[in-house]
Amino acid sequence: MTGQASLFDRLWDSHVAADLAGGAQLIAIDRIFLHERTGPAALNALAETGRKVADPSRVFAVADHIVDTRPGRGDRTLMPGGQIFITELRAAAKAAGITLFDVTDPDQGIVHVISPELGIVLPGCTLIAPDSHTCTQGAFGALAWGIGSSEAEHAMATGTLRLEKPKSMRVTLEGALPFGVTPKDMILALIAEHGAAGGKGHAVEFAGEAVEALSMEGRMTLCNMATEFSAMSGFIAPDDKTYAWLDGRRYAPKGDQWEAALAHWRTLKSGSSARFDAEIAIDAAAIRPMVSWGTSPEASVRIDGHVPEDAEARPLSYMALEPGQPLKGLAIDAAFIGSCTNSRLSDLRRASALLKGKRIADGVTAICVPGSSHVKRAAEEEGIDRIFLDAGFEWRESGCSMCFYAGGESFGDGSRVISSTNRNFESRQGPNVKTHIASPETVAASALAGAIADPREVR
Amino acid sequence: MAEPLTTLTALPAPMIRDNVDTDQIIPSREMTSTGKTGIADGLFAGQRYTKIGGRKPNPDFVLNRPEHAETQILLGGRNFGCGSSREHAVWALAEYGIRAIIAESFAPIFAGNCVRNGVLPAALERDDIKAIAAADAPVTIDLPAQTITLPDGRSWAFDIGEEAKAMLLEGLDAIDLTLKNAEDIAIWQAADRKARPWIYLGDRA
Repeated sequence: MTGQASLFDRLWDSHVAADLAGGAQLIAIDRIFLHERTGPAALNALAETGRKVADPSRVFAVADHIVDTRPGRGDRTLMPGGQIFITELRAAAKAAGITLFDVTDPDQGIVHVISPELGIVLPGCTLIAPDSHTCTQGAFGALAWGIGSSEAEHAMATGTLRLEKPKSMRVTLEGALPFGVTPKDMILALIAEHGAAGGKGHAVEFAGEAVEALSMEGRMTLCNMATEFSAMSGFIAPDDKTYAWLDGRRYAPKGDQWEAALAHWRTLKSGSSARFDAEIAIDAAAIRPMVSWGTSPEASVRIDGHVPEDAEARPLSYMALEPGQPLKGLAIDAAFIGSCTNSRLSDLRRASALLKGKRIADGVTAICVPGSSHVKRAAEEEGIDRIFLDAGFEWRESGCSMCFYAGGESFGDGSRVISSTNRNFESRQGPNVKTHIASPETVAASALAGAIADPREVR
Repeated sequence: MAEPLTTLTALPAPMIRDNVDTDQIIPSREMTSTGKTGIADGLFAGQRYTKIGGRKPNPDFVLNRPEHAETQILLGGRNFGCGSSREHAVWALAEYGIRAIIAESFAPIFAGNCVRNGVLPAALERDDIKAIAAADAPVTIDLPAQTITLPDGRSWAFDIGEEAKAMLLEGLDAIDLTLKNAEDIAIWQAADRKARPWIYLGDRA
C-alpha cells in the first residue's frame, strides 16, 4: 500500500457526510450499540422529543452492566433499584424497533464481546456506544469509540455525529513478546511509560510485528484500553486473521456481499509513506508481565518491580503501600477474571491452564465471569468450568459483574483484589477496594499463591 | 438543551489532582435512575460524605468549604474526567451548578459530554492553574474572547474548537442543527449504499 493516507484518514475521510462551519465535520455512523446502564437515557430522551431512530436495523442493545451474574438470574439484580434499568431498556428498545439481546438471550454478553461474536462490528465501519471501552472493537479495523448518552441520541436520530478530526498516532510494537507475556501487559506497559493522558487528542493505530502476531482476542485486549490512554480510539489494520474470524458470523455479509466487502476491507491499511502526528515505538521483547500498584492504570510496573520511590501520597495511602515495596508476594483477598478486557474464551483457556489440578490459596475469594453467554457455553463444552470450579473459583453467568461496583456486589470493604479488568480507580470495585490490574494468567497465578505472583513461575 | 454560556465570574474550587475519573465524579452506585436529573446529591459522593452511601458532609472536601459551596468553576489537573463514558458525571456537575472546569487536560468523551450540557472544559498549563488557585480570588471566564482573567489583571487564553464554542455560546440543540444537513446525509448514504451495501442490514432479505 503506497500513499500518504493513514488507516485513520481512510476510515475518517470515507465517513464525512458534510463539512460544518468552523472545521467540524458530520461523520456517518454505521453501527450503534447501547447497554442498560446508559442506553435508556438516550432512548428515552429521543422518544420524549418526538424523534425516531433513523435506521433501527443498525442499532443494537444488550443488558450487560448491572445484570446479575449469579446462576438462575432474571431481571432482579443486586444493584439497589437496578432492575428498572433492565426493564426500561427492554421497553425502550421495543418501542424504538431496535434489536435487543435480553438477559436470557443465548447471545447475551458484554457489548464488546458479543458485537464481534455476532459480526456486528466490521472492518471499515464506524461504531459507537455510550461506553468508553467501545474502542475494543477497533481490533477489527473499525473506527469504534465511546460517547455519552447525548451523542448516542444524536447518532440514532441523524445517523451521524458532529466531530472535529482528532490527530493521529501510531504505536508500533516491534519484535516478539516473550513467553508468558500477554497483550494486557503490552497495553499496561504503554500506559505506564507514556501516561494515562499519553494519547490525548489522538486516534491510535497499533502496528508492528508483535501486533500482527496477536490473535483477534489479543488485539481486542490491546485496543480495549486505548481509552485508559486517553485516546479517542485504538485500532488495528484488518488482515486475513480478521476476515477468517468474522466469516460466517450472523451479521457479517454473506455470498457476493462478503466478496465485495473483502475487496474493500483489503484496502484498509496505512500507506507506506503515511504520516502521523505522533509516533511511539516499543520493543515488545522487553515487555514483562505487568501489575498495577496505584489508582490509575499508568501506576503499573513489572511484576518483579517495586512501588516507585517517588509515588504520590494519595494512591499510596489508598492502596496501603510503601514506596519501594515489592509487588510480588503482596497478599490478596480476592481474584477476579472477567470484563471486556479479558473474559474471552482464549483468556479463560490460558488462566485455566495454570489452574488445572491445583487449588487456590485458603481465604481467597475467586470469581470467573465469562464475557458472553456464548463464551460460557463454549468453555463448558471444553471442561474449563470444571477446572475453575475444582480450583476453588466461582463460575458465573456472563456480564460486566464486579469490573465495577454498582452498589450491590463487591469483595468486601477495603479488600485487596487482583483483577483482569481495566480500571483500578478508588472504590471502582467496591468501597475502598484495592484493585491491582493484571493479565488473566497473573490473576490465576496470584489466586493460587494467595499473593501477587509471576505467572511464569507457575507451571 | 443547555443554558447558553458567555461570561462567568466565580471563585474557583481547587481540585488539582491528576486522573480524576468519572467514577469519582458520580459513583456508579449513585446512578439510581435512568433519567438525567436528581443526581447532584451524588456528585463526588465518595469524597464529599464521611462514608460510602452516607450523606454526612466531609468537612475536608473542597466543595464542603463555605467559600466553595456554591462554586461554578472547578480547577483540575491532568486527564480530568477519565474513565467511564457516563454522561451522568456531567449531568451531576451541571445540576450542582458547575459551568466551567479549568484543567490541564480532559478525557475526550468527558469533554464532549461537557459541551453538550453547557459546561466549558478549558485547558490551561499546570502552572497557570496553580497560579489561579493561589490567587484565591474570583476569575472571569470570557468565552467569546477565550480568556480567563484574575482581578489583578493576569489573564490566560484558552483554546476551544469552533463547534464546541458555538454550542456553548448558543446552547444549541445539536440534533436540530444537524437535521439542517439532512440532504447531505441522504446523499452520502445513497452513495454509500452502493459502495458498501453490507453495512445496511435493513436492506438484507
